[in-house]
Amino acid sequence: MKLISLKWKAVVGVTAMVFVTTPLFFSSAEDAKPVGGVNTFNRLMAPKSERNQPPSNDGIHDPTNEGTSLLLPPKEAFKDMPPAQAGNFVDWVQSLQKGLIKPRYDRSNPNEEAVVFDLDIVREVKGTMPDVVYPHDRHTQWLDCSNCHPDIFIPEKGKNQISMAQILMGQKCGVCHGKVAFPVSDCRKCHSKKKDGKGAATDTKKK
Amino acid sequence: MTPLRLLYVALLMVLVMVAVPVWAEYADVVLNRNAEANGMRPVIYPHWFHRIRFRCKVCHSELGFEMRVGSNNINMGEILDGKYCGMCHNGDVAWSTEFCDRCHSGLPGLATGIRGASKSSGPGDY
Ligand code: HEC
Ligand code: HEC
Ligand code: HEC
Ligand code: HEC
Ligand code: HEC
Ligand code: HEC
Repeated sequence: MKLISLKWKAVVGVTAMVFVTTPLFFSSAEDAKPVGGVNTFNRLMAPKSERNQPPSNDGIHDPTNEGTSLLLPPKEAFKDMPPAQAGNFVDWVQSLQKGLIKPRYDRSNPNEEAVVFDLDIVREVKGTMPDVVYPHDRHTQWLDCSNCHPDIFIPEKGKNQISMAQILMGQKCGVCHGKVAFPVSDCRKCHSKKKDGKGAATDTKKK
Repeated sequence: MTPLRLLYVALLMVLVMVAVPVWAEYADVVLNRNAEANGMRPVIYPHWFHRIRFRCKVCHSELGFEMRVGSNNINMGEILDGKYCGMCHNGDVAWSTEFCDRCHSGLPGLATGIRGASKSSGPGDY
């Protein structure tokens, strides 16, 4: 109980600081609801109207550069792709699986097929978060085994220590998630497996 | 809520504090190690645009780009020799290097690094 109230103190304190320092994020009443725990991530996402800005207005391209006006606005490319909550705000996995995009697997041969490997790895998570399911199939549709093995992960179940802190620091899953693949704010995409009775028991003991 | 969890929540919120209020498209990469010092605008490499056309594997395995911003010695000489961006921007797979301002399109003063949604203080962005 004490910890919970402490947490709320922290939440209120940090919320206040966020309000003071980053008023830009809270431009509408919808955005100004009280912050609760990790939802903060979503609170700070760009409002819908500010997502996928054209290059001339995205804060990094020079609008006075002639070439800038020739670049494709992301919205135009994304208009038929299913939406997502974060990152590029499109679901790359669905887009690929439904054939809405056809990225090459080889630089010059458009017909080369991906070598897809179908093996799910379940990682039990201590605490209340659902377990993590790592899907090889949806990764090997994009990536080569050597992009992960052995530099990021030893290819043997249980041989790798992975924690959320490492991921936030850009290691392990965080090498890609949070940079190019969907970001860490999409908790449920990774923490996708409800705990069975056994997992819940361990959980109670931990608390 | 365990103390660890509490610490974790606090950590997340601190990271949120350093978020940058600019909505560059997620995963755009600014490359400006030498460009501006040599009188050209910084280069902006858009991941989203390329991943519609190529899987990660093409660049990060077949073509040998390391998955870490700044760890590839990308420079104009090598590109003109057909390496790095020049493995495709050669007038064959994609338009050639003569269109300087499509790549050199960044605002002056940008630092090399990956852009996107919110920024954490660590080497990773969430
Ligand atoms: C695997 C091949 C490949 C590599 C490597 C590659 N590109 Fe491209 N790039 C393409 C293709 C294909 C297009 C689209 C060409 C077209 O539309 O005719 C493109 C288009 C672009 C565009 C224009 C985007 C727009 O909005 O129209 C930019 C900018 C760009 N590339 C920058 C780069 C930079 C910088 C690098 C190196 C860091 C690079 N590319 C490496 C294949 C590649
Ligand atoms: C995006 C990263 C990634 C890619 C790409 C990838 N793997 Fe894995 N692989 C993992 C992770 C994560 C684990 C789980 C390690 C653990 O639990 O400690 C794993 C585990 C494995 C295991 C051990 C399974 C077990 O039950 O012990 C094998 C074998 C394996 N991978 C083979 C492959 C092959 C073959 C490919 C290419 C077709 C591949 N992996 C591509 C991330 C990847
Ligand atoms: C890219 C996939 C991914 C995303 C997204 C993700 N997690 Fe995790 N998470 C993991 C992995 C992998 C572990 C380690 C599991 C293990 O112990 O093997 C983990 C572990 C955890 C743990 C256990 C303690 C620890 O630090 O290891 C907590 C709590 C947690 N995650 C919370 C979250 C929350 C909250 C979010 C959303 C803000 C989130 N995770 C998003 C992959 C992810
Ligand atoms: C080498 C880069 C890389 C690493 C490392 C990596 N991923 Fe991914 N992951 C991707 C890409 C690319 C996708 C495709 C979706 C996207 O880009 O958002 C993806 C997709 C996923 C999906 C499918 C989401 C869906 O919509 O179905 C899950 C789940 C996932 N990753 C979990 C993990 C976990 C857990 C780890 C760490 C054990 C991990 N990933 C490590 C690159 C990576
Ligand atoms: C057309 C080539 C190309 C494609 C396709 C591509 N990348 Fe990249 N990637 C790059 C370049 C160029 C860099 C910057 C390298 C540098 O600065 O030295 C980069 C950097 C990265 C980084 C490092 C980010 C950092 O902050 O250090 C990651 C992670 C990454 N890419 C993941 C991916 C994933 C995942 C995919 C597939 C969804 C992908 N890339 C597709 C060219 C590509
Ligand atoms: C396909 C994309 C692309 C095109 C087109 C392109 N460049 Fe570059 N250029 C780069 C990249 C990437 C770098 C490395 C950026 C960095 O980190 O400083 C670079 C660097 C440079 C540099 C810095 C010095 C050096 O050797 O690295 C100069 C000068 C330069 N380019 C001039 C030009 C000129 C002039 C043109 C047109 C004739 C041109 N570039 C076209 C991508 C491109």
